[in-house]
Amino acid sequence: MERLDTVSSLQYFVPEIVLVFSLMAVLFCDLISKNRSQSERRLVIVIPTLIGLVVALFYAFAGAGEVSAGLFNNMVALDGFGNVLRILFIASSIFVLLFTVHSKELKSVHHGELLVLLLTVTVSLIWMANSINLMMIYLALETVSIASYVMVGYLKTDRFSNEASLKYIIFGAVSSGTMLFGMSLLFGLTGSLDLYEIRAALSNQEIVASSGPALMVIIVLILAGIGFKMATVPFHFWCPDVYTGAPTPVTAFLSVGPKVAGFAVLVRFFYGGLSEPAGGHNWAMVGSVDWQTILMVVAVLTMSLGNIAALTQTNVKRLLAYSSIAHAGYIMMGAAVLTGEGIQAMVAYMVVYLFMNLGAFLVVIIVHNEIGSFEVKDYAGIWRRAPMLTLVMGVFLFSLMGIPPFAGFLAKWYVFSAVIKAGLGWFAVVGGVNSAIGAFYYLQILKTMFVDGDETPSPAKPLILQPIYAGLLFVLVVPNIIGLLLWGYLDRVAQYSQRLLDVI
Amino acid sequence: MIPLEYYLVVASALFSLGLFGLLTKKNAVNVLMSIELMFNAANINLIAFSRFVTGDTEGQVFALFVIVIAACESAVALAIVMSLYRILKGVDLPEASALKG
Repeated sequence: MERLDTVSSLQYFVPEIVLVFSLMAVLFCDLISKNRSQSERRLVIVIPTLIGLVVALFYAFAGAGEVSAGLFNNMVALDGFGNVLRILFIASSIFVLLFTVHSKELKSVHHGELLVLLLTVTVSLIWMANSINLMMIYLALETVSIASYVMVGYLKTDRFSNEASLKYIIFGAVSSGTMLFGMSLLFGLTGSLDLYEIRAALSNQEIVASSGPALMVIIVLILAGIGFKMATVPFHFWCPDVYTGAPTPVTAFLSVGPKVAGFAVLVRFFYGGLSEPAGGHNWAMVGSVDWQTILMVVAVLTMSLGNIAALTQTNVKRLLAYSSIAHAGYIMMGAAVLTGEGIQAMVAYMVVYLFMNLGAFLVVIIVHNEIGSFEVKDYAGIWRRAPMLTLVMGVFLFSLMGIPPFAGFLAKWYVFSAVIKAGLGWFAVVGGVNSAIGAFYYLQILKTMFVDGDETPSPAKPLILQPIYAGLLFVLVVPNIIGLLLWGYLDRVAQYSQRLLDVI
Repeated sequence: MIPLEYYLVVASALFSLGLFGLLTKKNAVNVLMSIELMFNAANINLIAFSRFVTGDTEGQVFALFVIVIAACESAVALAIVMSLYRILKGVDLPEASALKG
């Protein structure tokens, strides 16, 4: 593991620098366009944001090489895992940026600050996913949190948006305070903030023997902060309320970006700090605590609760919130198996999850623009108004279910096979049963869209689809349909992402 | 000199007080104050450990960052409470319960 100083780290930090500069540029453009009309002003700020994100995406692809190092004196890691997630975050921000353009909910408010916040969160997500120092993890996590509190409460006059924001900030502050307390204890126990030095200290039997139950307490406290970001049981209570209250593009963003970054922190913390490579693709826990069991219990509870609670939901955003909790459980399965294949499976799942979940949310935005409702029952008869849109929604939902020809199946298969390979057959069975439960509520939405509402006498008015949204739908739906053809590529990406800092 | 244990006891007491306040208070501003206590408990821990365990400034720098972040967080939180106050004409948390299910 090579340790680089600040100046020589900068060459590997180009996407982040581009994002920071475009953030300032957007702020500036927003200021100088103050006297323009609303639509002109929107164009003036959306275009620089888009350019900044695309350039950053280009550099992120170009920078995904074979080098691995601890940047900024071991504050931030540069490795395959981080490089893949960096691309994922920037891509999800590009989608979300384009989602905001025609969203009816955001029509009456000014966009400038929202896009600045979006860029801020994107940069911090990258830092969060790559931090290997407790202080850096805390800073990045808080920057993501604080900016997303404001994004959730962006509709200042809307009661739901404000309430969601207040709930989010209270849950967020409590869980990050708890995590911070755990970090301070871990610092006291090991005498270091660097995850790799913490691992070295925990390999020392003397320290472990003298610590008593302290390590257990520390792990539970820190898991509170990470679990809040991932929205796993028992730190998921905020999730349905916040997802319902926030503007839908923001909800779509929260369901992908911060969740994925939470899992990245989980991997960095538990694989970097609390376990060590044990030859082949295996990892061995250090310290006295069996955290693998804790993660498995959390994964089982998360997916079961998410799927069961989703069954009774009538609001489509709330339903997708519970579905995203369930998916967090599936991703967690990959983290809990303690092998390189587990990490691969996690990353593969997160890549596919980006396409299927953002797609489903985009359909929700389009339908809301037209009918002004998030209730599942109001989706009745959409089939006659927009057959293509309904089919596309069908693809996203079948993908979320994990039905064979679609990409979601691939992702689930990847995770389950990693779990079975690690000798945890029962764990895969629990996942399989959960997927079956999940199919029920996704099919409920589809049934409403296809079958219901045929008795309405009024002639079907075709649904308006803006060209940007049509293009986005196409981009999001194609990877879901041809998922099996992309198998080789996804596998290569996953193999590459398995390279954590100390296993190259 | 005061030994390390005393600092840790104070920090744990502060943390528990914060948690207690958080669970019992109804007023949003009181809840935010309780959260602040939790952050400060961690700060005391960090500074005490940096003095007694490591002997360098790493922990103190962390504590400084935490103070800055806590200030940002309460600024945003109070802004949101203000904005909710305009809608609800009150800052009691049980009133903010339109979202449920």
